[in-house]
Amino acid sequence: MQFSGLKRKKLSLIGDHRGASYPHSLQFYLQPPSENISLAEFENLAVERLKLLKIVENLGVSYVKGSEQYQSKLENEIRKLKFSYRESSEDEFEARRKDHISHFILRLAYCQSEDLRRWLIQQEMDLFRFRFSILPPDKVQGFLKDSHLQFETISKEEKELHFQNIIDSSIPLSGNKYELEAVYKVPFADALDLFRGRKVYLEHGFAFVPHQDIVSIILNDFRAKLSKALALTARSLPSVQSDERLQPLLNHLSHSYVGQDYNAQANMGKISLDQLDSLAVKSFPLCMRQLHKALREHHHLRHGGRMQYGLFLKGIGLTLEQALQFWKLEFIKGKVDTDKFDKGYAYNIRHSYGKEGKRTDYTPFSCMKIILTNPPSQGDYHGCPFRHSDPELLKQRLQSSKISQTGINQILDYIKGTHYQLACQKFFDLTHNVEDGMFSLNHPNQYFFESQKLLNGGREVRKEPSQPEVSQTKQSVQKTSNSTSSLPSSLDSTLEMDMEGLEGYFSEPF
Amino acid sequence: MEAFDPAELPELLKLYYRRLFPYSQYYRWLNYGGVVKNYFQHREFSFTLKDDIYIRYQSFNNQSEMEKEIQKLNPYKIDIGAVYSHRPIQHNTVKLGAFQAQEKELVFDIDMTDYDDVRRCCSSADICSKCWTLMTMAIHIIDRALKEDFGFKHCLWVYSGRRGVHCWVCDETVRKLSSAVRSGIVEYLSLVKGGEDMKKKVHLSPKIHPFIRKSINIVEKYFEEYALLGQDILENKENWNKILMLVPESLHAELQQGFQKFHNSVQRWEHLKQVVSTYRKSVRNEKFGQHIDWEIMLQYCFPRLDINVSKGINHLLKSPFSVHPKTGRISVPIDLQKVDQFDPFTVPTISQICHELDMVSSNEDDGDKENEAEPDTKRRTRDYKKTSLAPYVRSFEQFLEELDKSRKGELLRKSDAQRDF
Ligand SMILES: [Zn+2]
Repeated sequence: MQFSGLKRKKLSLIGDHRGASYPHSLQFYLQPPSENISLAEFENLAVERLKLLKIVENLGVSYVKGSEQYQSKLENEIRKLKFSYRESSEDEFEARRKDHISHFILRLAYCQSEDLRRWLIQQEMDLFRFRFSILPPDKVQGFLKDSHLQFETISKEEKELHFQNIIDSSIPLSGNKYELEAVYKVPFADALDLFRGRKVYLEHGFAFVPHQDIVSIILNDFRAKLSKALALTARSLPSVQSDERLQPLLNHLSHSYVGQDYNAQANMGKISLDQLDSLAVKSFPLCMRQLHKALREHHHLRHGGRMQYGLFLKGIGLTLEQALQFWKLEFIKGKVDTDKFDKGYAYNIRHSYGKEGKRTDYTPFSCMKIILTNPPSQGDYHGCPFRHSDPELLKQRLQSSKISQTGINQILDYIKGTHYQLACQKFFDLTHNVEDGMFSLNHPNQYFFESQKLLNGGREVRKEPSQPEVSQTKQSVQKTSNSTSSLPSSLDSTLEMDMEGLEGYFSEPF
Repeated sequence: MEAFDPAELPELLKLYYRRLFPYSQYYRWLNYGGVVKNYFQHREFSFTLKDDIYIRYQSFNNQSEMEKEIQKLNPYKIDIGAVYSHRPIQHNTVKLGAFQAQEKELVFDIDMTDYDDVRRCCSSADICSKCWTLMTMAIHIIDRALKEDFGFKHCLWVYSGRRGVHCWVCDETVRKLSSAVRSGIVEYLSLVKGGEDMKKKVHLSPKIHPFIRKSINIVEKYFEEYALLGQDILENKENWNKILMLVPESLHAELQQGFQKFHNSVQRWEHLKQVVSTYRKSVRNEKFGQHIDWEIMLQYCFPRLDINVSKGINHLLKSPFSVHPKTGRISVPIDLQKVDQFDPFTVPTISQICHELDMVSSNEDDGDKENEAEPDTKRRTRDYKKTSLAPYVRSFEQFLEELDKSRKGELLRKSDAQRDF
C-alpha cells in the first residue's frame, strides 16, 4: 500500500454509476475497492467496522441469533453506525461504500493469525446472515444472480418422493409450507452447516435444501471465499507490514478487539506447585477446579483435559519445568510409568510451550473456545461445567460450594437462557462476595486474575496488561474505542494523507 | 492353536514381514492406480519399534523399497498418515510451513473403552463376545450412513487387533475433504454426547431425522438379545437406577413399582415402554421427552466416535495388517457380508499363522525342492494362502477390485465427456 502526499481525491461517482457499483445492501465482497482514500478515513472506517463486528459478537452472546430481539437490536446498531443494511428507496450509496471499503481494511488487520481470521469470519458471517434475513423475497433471486450463485431445484415428482424425509429433517418446516417452497439439491459438502447438525436430508451425497434454509449454503460459500481470501491476503502482508505508518495501526486494530490472550510471560514462575491445591479452591473457575480434581483423583486426564488445564496453568504462571514436574508426579501415581511419560506426554507439554514441532506458543483457551469447540465425551472432564453438565449434577456441585438457593437459581436461569459466561460470572460474584458487574468474564485466566486481585487486596499477581483489557460488554467497547485516540502520533487523524491502490493488497481476490 | 507370547514377537515379526505380509495388495491399495503422481511416494508411514521407539515421516519410492525397510526394521506397529505436499522422509529439508498434509482417507476409530458406562461384562481394554455386539451395531449404522446418506462407496472396515474397529473411507473425493467437512461428518454421525458430568447423553427432538430413524431400526434388531438378555440392563435395582437417571423424575415411582413386580429385563423394558408412551401423550407439544425409550436404547447401543481421529488430515491410524503387540492379533479387514459372524477371538494371531506356515513348509521340504528357485515375491503370494490369513487377504482384494472398478468408470466418464466436445 502506498501513501502519496496528495490531497484527498473527491469522489465523482454519481447517479446511475453509484447505483451500479453497489446494487444491493449486502455484498459478497468479490472486488476490492479501487478508489484512493485518506489515511484518516482508512482508520476511521476500520474502527467503525470493528465497532460493528464487536456489537455483532456481543449480541450473538447475549441473544439467540435470529430471535426478534437480536434482529431489532442489531438493525438499530447498524443504522446508528451508518452501515448499509436494508434495501430501500433512499440512497444508500455512502453506507454501502463504507461497508465495502471497511470490510477490506479489516481483512488486512485480521488475516495475520488463525485466531484473528476465525474471529473475523465468524462476525462477518453473522452480519451477512442478518442482512440476508431481511432481504425482501423479491430481491433474493437478483442478489443470488449478481453474486454468481445458482442452485439446481428438484422436480415436482422428486419433491413428492422425498416429502416425509425432507420434512423430518427440517425442524421448522411444515407440510403446508413445503408445498410452496422450492427445494434445491446441492453436494452435501456445500451444506456443511446444515448437515453437521442433521438439519437437512442427505441421500447419496446430496443435500436436499428447502428454500428457507438456502442462507446456509450461501454462507458456506461466503465463508469459503472469505477464508481463502484471508489466506491470500496474509501472503501479501509482509509488504503491508513494511509500511511503518500502517503496521502499528493494523496491529492495534487486531489486538485491541479480540481481547487479552493471557499468555503473558510476566507471571512466569510466580506460583509454586504446592500452592495449586489451595489456589484451585479459592481462585480457579469451576471448569478448572473440575479438571484439577479429576486429575488428582484419577492421576490422568485425556487429551482435551490436558490441553484445557495445561494451558490454563501456563497462563497463571507455571513454567515449563514446573508443568513437566506437575504432570509427571500426578501421572506416575496412575497407570503411566516414568518412561512412558517422558516419551509421550512430556513431548506434548513442551509442544504446548512452543518448544517442539511448529513451535507455536499456544495460548490458554477462552470461554468461547471452551464452550463452542471440542465438547467432552466419555471419559472427559474438560469443557464448561455450565454448558456441559447435567443441571442436576451442577446443582449439587453448587450446593457443595455453599452457594445460596437464590444464587443457584440465578445461575440455573442464566444456563436456561444459554448465557454460560454470565452463569460463571455469577458464580464468581457469589463465591467472592462481591456486587455483580465488576468485570465481564470471557476467559478462565481472567477469572483467576480477578479473583487473586480481590483476595490479595488489590495487589495483583501479574503486571498490568499493556493493552487495555477488552471484554464482551458494550461498556468495554466504549473503553476500546476511547483507546483509539491514543494511537501512535504518526497515525493521528489530523494527518491528511492519501492511500493509493488499496486493491493492490488483495492480489487475486478470492 | 498356538498361544501368543509377546516375548517371541521380534522373531515372529521377522517371519511375518518376510513371508506373510501382503505387500503387493497393500501397495496396490495406497498407490490408487497410480492416477495421481507421487501419491504413494508422498504418503507418511510411521513405525513403532521395540521399546516404544516411535519414528514418524517414513516414506518410500516404491513397493520394493517399502518391503526392504519394513523387513529391516520389523516394526511392532505400522501407522498410516496423510499424503503430503512433499516426500515425508524429506520433511526437514522443506521450507518451514511448506510441508503440508494434503489428502487422506476419512477414518473412524471406534473403541470399546468409550462404552465403559454402558457395558457390564467388561471394562477398559477387555472385550468379550457379549459386548462385541456394540461393534457390530456400530459398523452397520456407520457403514449404512456413509453409503446411503453421503454416497461414499469404498469403506474398508478393519479390526484394530484388540478392542475396536477402524474404518477407512477411500473414495477419491473423500480423500480430498477438508478438515471442517470431516468434523461435520462425525457430528452428523454422533448422537451420544457429554462427558463424565452428563448422565443423560442422548436427547431427541420430536421430529426424528431419517438418519436417526434408520439407526434406531438397526439397534432394534439387536436390542433385546444384546441389552436385555446379554447385558441384562434392568437386572437389579442398582442397574435400573442408572436407567431411571435418564427418565423424568415424575415417572420414577411408577417405574420402580413395575420393576419390582416383574422378573427380568425383558418384562421390565416392556413396562418402561408402556409408561413412557402414556407420558408421551401428556407432553405432545414439549420440545423433549417424546422418545425416552429410544434415547435409552441409543445411549446404550449407538456408536461412539472419536472426533479427533477423524477430523485431522494428518492424524495417524494403525494400518491394516499391522500386528497388535499386546494380543498378537493381526488387524484384519472385516468382510461386510459377514459382520454379524465376525468374532475377534478367531482372528489369527501372528504366532498362529507363523506356526501354520512352519507346518506346511516342513511338509513341503520333504519332496518339493523347486521352491528355492522361485523369486521371493512369488513364493510369498503362495505363503499367506497356506495360513488362516488367506480369507482376510481375499476380502481385502475384493475391496481393491471395487476401487479399481470405480477408477475405471471414472476414467471412462472423463474420456466420454471429452469426446462430447
Ligand atoms: Zn464384554
